Amino acid sequence: MARAVSTRRTVVFTIAAWIIALIIFFPILYTIITSFKSETEAIQGFNIVPSGTVESYQAVQAQSNYFKFFLNSVILSLGSTLLALLIAVPAAWSMAFSPTAKTKDILMWMLSTKMMPAVAVLVPIYLLFRDFGLLDSRIGLTVMLTMINLPIVIWMLYTYFREIPGEILEAARMDGASLWGEIVYVLTPMAVPGIASTMLLNIILAWNEAFWTIRLTTTNAAPLTAFIASFSSPQGLFWAKLSAASTLAIAPILIMGWFSQKQLVRGLTFGAVK
Amino acid sequence: MGKIILKKVNKSFGATQVIPGIDLTIEDGEFVVFVGPSGCGKSTLLRLIAGLEDTTSGSIEIDGRDVTGEAPARRGLAMVFQSYALYPHMSVRNNIAFPLKMAKMDQAAIDKKVTDAARVLNLTNYLDRRPGQLSGGQRQRVAIGRAIVREPSAFLFDEPLSNLDAALRGTMRLEISELHHQLKTTMIYVTHDQVEAMTMADKIVVLNAGNIEQVGSPLDLYNKPDNLFVAGFIGSPRMNFVKGEAAKPWNAPTVGIRPEHLKLSKESGTWKGLVGVAEHLGSDTFLHVNAEGIGMMTVRAGGDFPVTHGDTVYLTPEEGRIHRFDDKGLAIR
Ligand SMILES: Nc1ncnc2c1ncn2[C@@H]1O[C@H](COP(=O)(O)OP(=O)(O)O)[C@@H](O)[C@H]1O
Ligand SMILES: [Mg+2]
Repeated sequence: MARAVSTRRTVVFTIAAWIIALIIFFPILYTIITSFKSETEAIQGFNIVPSGTVESYQAVQAQSNYFKFFLNSVILSLGSTLLALLIAVPAAWSMAFSPTAKTKDILMWMLSTKMMPAVAVLVPIYLLFRDFGLLDSRIGLTVMLTMINLPIVIWMLYTYFREIPGEILEAARMDGASLWGEIVYVLTPMAVPGIASTMLLNIILAWNEAFWTIRLTTTNAAPLTAFIASFSSPQGLFWAKLSAASTLAIAPILIMGWFSQKQLVRGLTFGAVK
Repeated sequence: MGKIILKKVNKSFGATQVIPGIDLTIEDGEFVVFVGPSGCGKSTLLRLIAGLEDTTSGSIEIDGRDVTGEAPARRGLAMVFQSYALYPHMSVRNNIAFPLKMAKMDQAAIDKKVTDAARVLNLTNYLDRRPGQLSGGQRQRVAIGRAIVREPSAFLFDEPLSNLDAALRGTMRLEISELHHQLKTTMIYVTHDQVEAMTMADKIVVLNAGNIEQVGSPLDLYNKPDNLFVAGFIGSPRMNFVKGEAAKPWNAPTVGIRPEHLKLSKESGTWKGLVGVAEHLGSDTFLHVNAEGIGMMTVRAGGDFPVTHGDTVYLTPEEGRIHRFDDKGLAIR
């Protein structure tokens, strides 16, 4: 009897979970569905069965060079992630392993910069970029994305590093490891899972960043976010083309997220389950 | 060799002084136990010797060499931590081999040493496992294995058994003592458990609030405690203290008498009292007696002493076993 009840509960919860997941995922699904419609179909109202035409994709590719935007997205997200890690690993490291009285304040200050709306600094940053010739440059945008995500990267790494028990490092020191040996043989292997999931998350954040990437680029450095935006302006709205562009833009990151989900989940729940 | 001398060692964390100034000599090959209540500075003292903390003032010598400012690795000591502090990403084999790798020993020699250590510690079948796949006792042995392969001049243990259950603690205690007999290397062992201290030590150092209360062999401390603190800390169950009027016949403000040195009778004796709770351990029975004019006292009775709650009994201290203390709590001899 108890068994039957619990089976029924499992079924109910499974169905509920699927429904909720579908609701959350539906906008993305509908984007993909719409991308396989013709423009007339797309405009006709709600319909989840597309005709399956790929004319929107052909149009999108003919109109602008997807590959160039894609390359920019890769360069910007990887570049800014590497740069952020380069700064964040030592920063988080020193705060986690030799904290001072001000460490907590510094961390809060870093986080507080994320609380400000980006638009509040749009004008000064735009002017700075213009005056230093950084508008529409990959270098300028890489730096910008690094700065935006740095607080989150440092926070994540800091929490991971804090999880590494100090006694293990002391044991390594007693065992005769030099600072270098300690870093290479003990700390790095223990920190790698945390660094890897921070890296993945930051790539996703940088890939999806749309506020600055759209405003600080025109053609040369424009990533896929700008690619999507370019289909919503000039000659009115073209839902099917816009959807095709969006699908093309999110596909790479969805695929990456799919393959690394184990690592991502493990990283995000690091410490919670051990 | 492993003779360690502490000279006026002082340690403060910011404004808080944890160790006010300790002088101590640890002879080569001794098994020394630092014992004291939690928070008294035992770990800090051990970490100062290890070099994991810097002394605020004073000096530390190992085998005649001043190591006060030296890095932990250069002191030639090995440490076993309370949390074991094994490297979670390495196999048992690599955990044990780690200090040897750091010393750049050649692989053949490393393999031989690891194999030997694993055999001594019953870890041969577990060499390829990760620490996470071992039981508490096995992890403890890996930590010890990692310490012994280095052939250090002294071993430092910081409450190594406190994460184990009672039965395993008993076994590991014997294993560590046995190891000391085989290796004859200096061992410094920190614990808050006076039973561990009494059973393992050649020499016990009783610490209280960062100060050494007394140094001596287990029986020295048991028979001749220097002060009330040591008298109360060493021995189980605790020594009974008799104050004021009742202590007058011995001409001291406080006298102490251990539960095992009180004679119990149903007819007559020095102090009269009512039996409260009786704890039956089989071999012994400990009676908690509310003695007139004194308060609660613990008495050891034979395993089958026939009393029940509320009976009247008489207690008589063995004359030669009375400890007398002055106003400051120091022993009068
Ligand atoms: N890193 C530290 N910073 C500040 N105070 C400390 C530090 N380490 C230990 N203490 C303090 O020193 C005292 C002794 O600690 P410890 O040596 O760990 O005691 P025990 O090992 O005897 O339990 C405690 O009061 C503790 O709070
Ligand atoms: Mg301690």
